[in-house]
Amino acid sequence: MSWTLANLDLILELTLEHIRLAIIPIIASFVLSIPLGWIAIRNRVTRAIVITSGSLLYTIPSLPLFVILPLIIGSRVLDDINLIVALSIYGVAVMVRSAADGLASVDRVTLDAATAMGFSGWTRFWRVQLPLAGPVLLAGIRVVSVSTIALVSVGVIIGSSNLGDLFRDGKNRQILEEVGVGIIMSLLLALIFDVIIVLIGRVLLPWNRTATSGETERQADPVDPTQLGVRV
Amino acid sequence: MDLILGALGYIFDPVNWGAGAVQPGAIGGLLLEHLRLTALCVGIALVIALPLGFYIGHTGRARQFVIGFTGAMRALPTLGLLYFFFTLFAFSLSFLPAANLAVVISLIILAIPSILAGAYSGLESVDRETIDASRALGMTEFQILWQVEIPLALPLIVGGIRASVLQVIATATVAAYIGVGGLGRIILTGIGTNDYDRILGGALLVTALALVVDGAFALLQWLAAVGTAPRGARDTDGDATRAPLSAEPATQQ
Amino acid sequence: MVIEFRSVSKKFPDGTVAVEDFSLELPSGKATVFVGSSGSGKTTLLRMINRMVEPTSGQILIDGVDVATRDRVQLRRSIGYVLQAAGLLPHRTVLHNVATVPLLQRTDRAKARESALELLDKVGLDRRLAGRYPRQLSGGQQQRVGVARALASDPNILLMDEPFGAVDPIVRAELQVELNRLQRELGKTVVFVTHDIDEAFLIADQVVILKQGGRIAQVGTPAQILSAPADDFVASFIGADKGQRDLHLQERSGDDGLTLVVDQDGRPTGVLASSRPSAPSEDGTVS
Repeated sequence: MSWTLANLDLILELTLEHIRLAIIPIIASFVLSIPLGWIAIRNRVTRAIVITSGSLLYTIPSLPLFVILPLIIGSRVLDDINLIVALSIYGVAVMVRSAADGLASVDRVTLDAATAMGFSGWTRFWRVQLPLAGPVLLAGIRVVSVSTIALVSVGVIIGSSNLGDLFRDGKNRQILEEVGVGIIMSLLLALIFDVIIVLIGRVLLPWNRTATSGETERQADPVDPTQLGVRV
Repeated sequence: MDLILGALGYIFDPVNWGAGAVQPGAIGGLLLEHLRLTALCVGIALVIALPLGFYIGHTGRARQFVIGFTGAMRALPTLGLLYFFFTLFAFSLSFLPAANLAVVISLIILAIPSILAGAYSGLESVDRETIDASRALGMTEFQILWQVEIPLALPLIVGGIRASVLQVIATATVAAYIGVGGLGRIILTGIGTNDYDRILGGALLVTALALVVDGAFALLQWLAAVGTAPRGARDTDGDATRAPLSAEPATQQ
Repeated sequence: MVIEFRSVSKKFPDGTVAVEDFSLELPSGKATVFVGSSGSGKTTLLRMINRMVEPTSGQILIDGVDVATRDRVQLRRSIGYVLQAAGLLPHRTVLHNVATVPLLQRTDRAKARESALELLDKVGLDRRLAGRYPRQLSGGQQQRVGVARALASDPNILLMDEPFGAVDPIVRAELQVELNRLQRELGKTVVFVTHDIDEAFLIADQVVILKQGGRIAQVGTPAQILSAPADDFVASFIGADKGQRDLHLQERSGDDGLTLVVDQDGRPTGVLASSRPSAPSEDGTVS
């Protein structure tokens, strides 16, 4: 405990940095994935293109992506923007599949009924299809949130300052406690983000809670095995 | 474009494949090492996660606990784990065993959640009526598991393994940070010497490896799907509130 | 609101001919029921009225105006539509579902809310259900919401596509009776699709029996069709060929001297009301 108590300020500072670096990619991947998901559900071909590009992007190892990115987007080498862009790329790669699945999961009869009632194309998308895709989008963004928070720490390798500092510094100075604190804080952040996202979901999707108990459990399950999970 | 050409130049330069290749070694050897590491970690993860997943999926027991637990596992930063175990083992072991052990354990922890989730949600996706009918036919629980649930759940089970293998292949590059592992060492050497041909070359090699392995799994998954229930029925399931691949909680005693 | 089909045909892209050269006039303020088995094009006919399906050739006129000339979104908002699975929006409360179309038409919120509540009364739903979500309701309640929603913009035309197909027989019978009551009260031009001939006879002012490809086998009131089936197809469709419509009286000695009504196979279909001392003449009895 001695190291922790002596370094509370540092831990707080790095945690706040970690939050800042994680939030932008999470929001960006949510926003960007919706138009991409919309494209993906047009037909088989667009779906194949969007989903395949998504999983292709995800196979790029993070380390070289961080290093190469400045050369591609023209940013400075030790700029946080590299990390943020890279994490957004991974986020979109995961999220686009949820968006496509979510939008495609909306009951055809419901969409048909909406059309029959006189919803025009765009109104139907925004007021019926997108809200009804909500539960699947929510599950997807939970995965993105967890994965992004874990990935931020790799950013220390390209000079970003966040909880990953504790990993590196702890290893170099052989302070096990420091590495452990980094892991625990990272876990804690992931948990807090998850709770916040779930709460936002409760507020935005009140109809989703009214299921029978069995269905509630099912919806609470963010785990989709074919969805790529977390890695570093 | 120059970047890509440079990287391809590195990859296809016979010198880098030869036995006398300079730091960090011949590409072929590193590629094999990468694959071997992946196979070892995923293999051990399979031994742990599949039986557990089958148990949960079949009985419906401990489901909430395991969902929470796998969620937490997914949230673990692998770099942090790696450094944690390395620092821990370095107290009692010499460098190389400590590094190797830390890498293997970290990657196993990384590989488990996807496999586990694939196994239990696969089993849960099997129609309750089919299972009920099998029980009515007089199958034992074990026969139901092997002859009904696992075959029907195969596409999802393979899907989980596929995701986990991809994660491990991509993440194994980080092993280079503590001096072991395969293709990651090319990237790290590149970073150390500011050699972008190597950095991108290494990245392309990892990506290519992941794609080849993913392609093999796609084929396997397709074969698994052909052998089981008509996919169409599952795909057109239109319940808007249902996450597409998660399924009914088990209801049997 | 008279609806008129003028030599309407529909061929789907896959080559199926759902409807071929269909012409018919549906009288204003009456209930017309299209009845036929699957493949008879009945749903296609219905969906062509609000342009959910476009005819390949021919015209559909509402009060003499070709629907093809009307904006399809506006047209749909002016026609009530009830689907088999109710088709309620799962993310909106009962009240919000009922008020959907008025809100799309930018009706004042308070006003839309008030008239939605009144509609709940009209279709026999407790106002306390207004704040619930569709999946918290029973199938019968969902169908009532579906009907209320279809009535919300006070349309002159009500399209109903097997609206009671998914509910159990007891609730279905209840809903059918209620629909008849509503229809007497409101006098809409109702177009109703079903494969259940008994439902057709119960609801229809005009029954249209359809063969494959939307060809008309017979049009008439239930009484006309029952008393004079046009051909063997109709006779078989309404069950007259097997004697299910030839009812006989059968005296029973044991049961307090009641008179049973039986079909040709001797299957009882009811009790003669006048044979019962003080029998209420309701459903299940033949007087």
